Amino acid sequence: MKEIKELVRKDLLLELRQKYAINGILLYVVSTIFVVQLCFGRVIDENAWIALFWIILLFAAFNAVSKSFVQESASRRLYYFMLAPAVSVVLSKIVYNALLMVVLGVLSLLVFIVFMGFPGFNLYLFLPAFLLGCIGISGALTMVSAIASRSGNNAALMAILGFPVVVPMLLLLVNACRLALKEGLIVAEILKNLSALFLIDAVVIILAVILFPYLWRD
Amino acid sequence: MIKGIWWKLAGPALILYSVIAGQLIDVPDLPVIRDTIRNLFYHVPMWFVMFTMFGTSLVYSIRYLSGFKPEHDLMASESVNNGIFFGILGLTTGMVWAKFTWGDFWTNDPQLNGAAVSMMAYLAYTILRSSIDEKAMRARISAVYNIFAFMLLVIFLGVLPRLAESSLHPGKGGNSSTMEGLDITMRMVFYPAAIGWIITAYWLLQIRTRKRRLMQVVQK
Repeated sequence: MKEIKELVRKDLLLELRQKYAINGILLYVVSTIFVVQLCFGRVIDENAWIALFWIILLFAAFNAVSKSFVQESASRRLYYFMLAPAVSVVLSKIVYNALLMVVLGVLSLLVFIVFMGFPGFNLYLFLPAFLLGCIGISGALTMVSAIASRSGNNAALMAILGFPVVVPMLLLLVNACRLALKEGLIVAEILKNLSALFLIDAVVIILAVILFPYLWRD
Repeated sequence: MIKGIWWKLAGPALILYSVIAGQLIDVPDLPVIRDTIRNLFYHVPMWFVMFTMFGTSLVYSIRYLSGFKPEHDLMASESVNNGIFFGILGLTTGMVWAKFTWGDFWTNDPQLNGAAVSMMAYLAYTILRSSIDEKAMRARISAVYNIFAFMLLVIFLGVLPRLAESSLHPGKGGNSSTMEGLDITMRMVFYPAAIGWIITAYWLLQIRTRKRRLMQVVQK
């Protein structure tokens, strides 16, 4: 537990000192949304809003998460290997990436609202789904980036390996958002969607904990 | 694995039976589908075989991670290759069928999305394998990806179709299941077809792994 806290703190400190990563991604998100606004105009229908929002956030996530293991050199990996058990390393990365992803998601949501308006979502469904989606996507991509970092050319591989893993989550999220547009939602429907998302998050984290030790050692 | 000539002959014999009987038997005359329902005997077994192959490869990947025997890695990778082959056959037969019943080669249907994503995942697996040179590392990392992707796909194929509002495929989202509606004469052809294809696929897998093993010996 203590190691996880320290490792997350280290990643946060690195991020705050360099700042180029989060600023770069933010600029990317803002400019993409601006381009979307130029192309579509302000008035777009809700389905297009949902699709564009998640696609842009997905690519931002790919950019943000892909460097989480790539930036660690072989010698530093050995250093971590001696300092902390593999499980804490992967959990710390997932926690950090989930934090990063939630921050990015909230900021891009704000930019999206400014440029494109906000459809009348049911917030009791939209906000938890958004949060669970951010956690799930960052967890799955953390694992994929760990896999990709062990092979030769990881930039291209990250996208190839990541898409099949993330698509299920993305479809669930889009489904949940579409449902959030409906009026007179009943609690059972909300719970059904959220529990599916929660299930997928739990599976991703459990698999990461079980499988990561095999990736970590040489 | 399959040993003995009788097992090996049983597979093609059952397939041959299903091809011939599938054209001869009387089928129920359903609206829109009509006689294309005979494609059930050829299209659906492909997916059965694909998932059996991917399941086999999952089992061998888990066994590889628990024992690190190169033999298990070879089985896992060849099962994936075999599964991809049958997946492509399943896609092709499905697309032809879809063109004649739903009017398009591709529709936005949960089952089709699931099929496409699983093919993507396993093609990514083969690319991952070819991008790592060192053998032990390649085996370990691809086994990890195999398990990770398979588990997420199981959720995807198991949970999503139930959440989706509608599907064109029978048995999902309010449509009545084909298996329930399948009358007894069709079952007499369908089950042998599925079993025959699975036996043949395992035979094929055996030949492929044997070839790989021979190649390794020759290269040494």
